[in-house]
Amino acid sequence: MAVILRAELLFDGVKEHHVTLPSQSEPWNMKQLLVWIGQNLLKERPELFVQGDDVRPGILVLINDADWELMGQLDYELQDKDNVVFISTLHGG
Amino acid sequence: MCQVDEEYNGLLESPVASSATKKCNKCKETTAALVLKPGESLCRGCFKEHFVHKFRAMLGKNRIIFPGEKVLLAVSGGSSSCAMLNQVQEGLGQNAHKKLRFKPGIVYIDEGCLLGQSTEKRQKTMAQINSLFKMTGFPHHIIPLEMVLNLPPSVLEPVHLATDDPAGSYKEAVDHFMQSSPVHSVDPRVDRSELSALTDATNPQLIAEAQTQTLQELFSRVKTLTAKEDLLHTLRRHLLVSTARTEGYSKLMLGENCTRLAVKLLANIALGRGAQLAVDTAFCDPRYGDIVAVKPMRDYTAKEISLYNYMWNVPYVFIPSLETKTADKSSIQRLTESFVVKLQVDFPSTVSTIYRTGEKLQTASVTEDIERAPLKCLFCMCTLDTALGETSAFQATLISEQLSNVGTTPMQASLRPDTQTKCGAPCDQQDGEEHCQAQAVCCSHKGGDSMNLESLLCYSCQQTVKDMTSVEFLPQYIMSEAQRRNRRSQIRHEISEFLLTEDGDSPSIKADS
Repeated sequence: MAVILRAELLFDGVKEHHVTLPSQSEPWNMKQLLVWIGQNLLKERPELFVQGDDVRPGILVLINDADWELMGQLDYELQDKDNVVFISTLHGG
Repeated sequence: MCQVDEEYNGLLESPVASSATKKCNKCKETTAALVLKPGESLCRGCFKEHFVHKFRAMLGKNRIIFPGEKVLLAVSGGSSSCAMLNQVQEGLGQNAHKKLRFKPGIVYIDEGCLLGQSTEKRQKTMAQINSLFKMTGFPHHIIPLEMVLNLPPSVLEPVHLATDDPAGSYKEAVDHFMQSSPVHSVDPRVDRSELSALTDATNPQLIAEAQTQTLQELFSRVKTLTAKEDLLHTLRRHLLVSTARTEGYSKLMLGENCTRLAVKLLANIALGRGAQLAVDTAFCDPRYGDIVAVKPMRDYTAKEISLYNYMWNVPYVFIPSLETKTADKSSIQRLTESFVVKLQVDFPSTVSTIYRTGEKLQTASVTEDIERAPLKCLFCMCTLDTALGETSAFQATLISEQLSNVGTTPMQASLRPDTQTKCGAPCDQQDGEEHCQAQAVCCSHKGGDSMNLESLLCYSCQQTVKDMTSVEFLPQYIMSEAQRRNRRSQIRHEISEFLLTEDGDSPSIKADS
């Protein structure tokens, strides 16, 4: 299943990643995606992005340009070609 | 109680069910795209309206910015200040409903020297910022932090203007503006003459290597990140006010958002700035006198701003700061931020509650008689909170500090009365400065000046200076202003018994005039 990930700082300076998640029997949900990102994409300081099995407080997640709170947050089941964006609200002002 | 539990359970168990079909709370037609707060979801269109309306309402409600006035926008490149810039642009646009009517300018301060960035890196960042600013067409100034070393001591004195009745004059000003120029539009883009030479600060020669080093030395003498942040904030503010003054602006717009202000409120209490809470977090900050600092973004949470910037492609530049990628516990400010933000996740009304509480704090009126005005802190220019009685908590901290400290530091040398810098002879006008400086040197205890800095600072600024191993690298304007104030209070003390007051009683120490 292919998803597009966007974030500013932490993915090695690359803003957008097109990733293909390995197929598994149950559908991928956000919780598993976060774990996968922590293991495969974050090269430095993973705790600045993922804390436990949730994103660090202060990071917004948008799925297909909609707030993930409307989609069930961690329990949302990913679909093919979903667009996931991570925005940090903490820096800058 | 049972009702609340039931609601919560419902939400937790079936979030997916409510997702795809959730309609916007406002227009009830389009699908909701974001959650503002629990129970309020908006679609993109309504969110944009809400965002723009909030900005106009904030400015309109407070009636501080007069039509045609020159306003300086302090843009750090971050999401909040760029959103503010974007709103100002839109508000001044021709087809805006209820157009904004002031003349904006933009300022950016490059703080790369504190992060040890190379000149090339700083050039690159400044070029990015420059192109962002050029697109707005407003006059802009890009200033390296090193310029703070060139400031005049007058920046530390609030400038008092003749005070009219603000409410009456706002209405008059608007009417006058409408009558005098009904078709003329305030189009700042045309006025190129306002661009100053500082615009071209990307020129490497303007940043002298020695100045960079002085600043770096200063900050390396500061032990804790908390104190560094505080000192940086102070210097930054001085530079902003000075720029506004020299370029002829009368208002300063800062981009702090609601989340940041809530964090600031709590952090300030931890820093000892309880007495200055109102001034630090209110919409309007009148402490500089002629330049009024306003915070139009104070009603927006960080989430709203980030979402707006993303959805409407508002450009901003990521600039690392002293606190970037630092651990949670590295400074009081960072710790407070992580506390509030974490709490916000589970209790989404945290930030707004803190903010509402902060809103209830009011600033004292500025219409004071200059002669009787209370003394102000040298750094933050707020009223000194340390002139308290024998039984105050502050006195208690002083006593326990004296008792528990064995060695001397530059600050403590001045705590004991016998180390006061008393000049042998009274200071004349002409050679007073040299004379006192010579006295200061021979009275010094630890190499640097033992000038009585502490009596000129409010409690939290004192704490910041106490965290410094040496004050010798403080910018010249601060040191000379400190000397001046010390001299004046000395002289006043010496001739106090000869002074007559209006009511004929024993004179009290009056403020500098």
